[in-house]
Amino acid sequence: MRATAKIHKLAWMETKLLLRDPLTLVFTFAFPLIMLFVLAEVFGNSTADRDEIVFRNVGAIDYYVPAYVALVAAAVGIVSVPVHLASYRELGIFRRFRASGVSVWTLLAAEVLVAFALTLVGAVLVVGSTAAVYSNKQPESLLGVLAVFVFVTLLFAAVGILLGAVLPNARAAQGAGSILFFVMLLLSGGGPPPEVMSGVMRYVADALPLTHAVRILQDPWLGFAWEWTSFLAAAGFLVGASLLALRFFRWT
Amino acid sequence: MGGEPAVHVEGLRKRYGDTVAVDGLSLEVMRGEIFGIVGRNGSGKTTTVECVQGLRRADGGEVRVLGLDPRTQGGELRRRIGCQLQESALPERIRVWEALDLFAALGPRSADWHRLLDDWGLQGKRDASFHSLSGGQRQRLFVALALVNHPEVVFLDEMTTGLDPAARRVAWELIGAVREQGTTVVLVTHFMEEVERLCDRVAVLDHGRLVAGGTPAEIAARHGGGTRVRFSATGRDLAWLEHVPHVREVARHGRQIEVVGDGPVLPIVAAALVERGIVPEDMRVEQPTLEDAFLRLVGAEQ
Repeated sequence: MRATAKIHKLAWMETKLLLRDPLTLVFTFAFPLIMLFVLAEVFGNSTADRDEIVFRNVGAIDYYVPAYVALVAAAVGIVSVPVHLASYRELGIFRRFRASGVSVWTLLAAEVLVAFALTLVGAVLVVGSTAAVYSNKQPESLLGVLAVFVFVTLLFAAVGILLGAVLPNARAAQGAGSILFFVMLLLSGGGPPPEVMSGVMRYVADALPLTHAVRILQDPWLGFAWEWTSFLAAAGFLVGASLLALRFFRWT
Repeated sequence: MGGEPAVHVEGLRKRYGDTVAVDGLSLEVMRGEIFGIVGRNGSGKTTTVECVQGLRRADGGEVRVLGLDPRTQGGELRRRIGCQLQESALPERIRVWEALDLFAALGPRSADWHRLLDDWGLQGKRDASFHSLSGGQRQRLFVALALVNHPEVVFLDEMTTGLDPAARRVAWELIGAVREQGTTVVLVTHFMEEVERLCDRVAVLDHGRLVAGGTPAEIAARHGGGTRVRFSATGRDLAWLEHVPHVREVARHGRQIEVVGDGPVLPIVAAALVERGIVPEDMRVEQPTLEDAFLRLVGAEQ
């Protein structure tokens, strides 16, 4: 088979396997939806009777929907992919692949495709279910949102492959992944709006890739101007994570 | 290609820290043969095979498989060989048919895996997840995966470990059939019966070195401790038996006489006895087996 056909075959199989994995189902699909609907019910989408500027001065639901699309990408990259890759190494599944002549490039390309497919499914769930219930804002610039979506998915796929490369086993990956996931959830835009955060919280938030991912996805969605500093920060995470992932990836 | 060996190993060395796993091993596997590698646990069998497959980097020596160097051409090599590894697994939730379908697609030519399901008795488990398979079923699936791309050389590392005796016999027949199709088979095992049934030639390893090599019959004859002839005889002095050709020693336990010798010792001793008017009715012969040779060569498990 040609290399691209192999990548597709492997990616499709891996997607099926991750969809059978309860961890993925919970973190990627169930948890973001539950959180999002709770927040939407609590805050509503009205900007009236606010004493100060919060949620970037848009409705809370308008603020959270693009944020939770980015969160889905982060859940795939920070929980699913690392646990998956670390357990493959731990159990000798990588050895099996390698012994069958699968190259590193085939494997990593397949993992990126898998991350993309899962994030897409999660994002469609988030966007579709909220649109069905609320009359929240849909993307101002669809093209811009799609471009950033691809970029953010790549970013977290790279972070996921890096974590999967450096964490020794599935248990460690699950522990580290869950902690990172919840810190990012709370500080990067899935929790309290940035305007109410303390200085320390904002300082930590700026060091997290999801904070920037949320901002650059919200901008074209809400019709704001591009924020180049967040773009550069996200691009920095993407390049850094990719280089480190390639440097540290091990079959055994 | 022609007479070029399928596997050529010369002076292979590999150590893990202070432990020497393979210590200057040389061997050659010819195309189309079933070659056995036997030895106690820790004798370097698996390490040797893994260096040959390019899954481990040897510290020294020369290895060529199908003319390729596993150290520098590992990727190309692994697409032409099949490997059943001792320590490996599949994703828990992959189904049997999905595993075969996936690995068939990952190989160089698309292969039809449906026959392998039947051959290796997995048809009934087609839709079962890997996680739900028994040890023997997993083992058969791994062998099937090693064969799915019609490899030129297939390496089977303890293929029949975990199989029940009936499944083991089926596996032997199937491996025989694989060879008939022209595939070279390298078999790592510690079942001597398996070696005697299947292997054209065998290498006996101990402490990472080759201690004996040849056909199973040659090794049994050379290292098995000789042919034993037993019979009973009363009273008479049989010391002269020691001077009969091919006899190495004679021992008496009461009425039981045991003669140890080599080659055609049985007919020669029988003829000599008859010539002297001794016609024992209970003469038995015990040929040395490969197992005898193996135990004498490497000792019992410690």
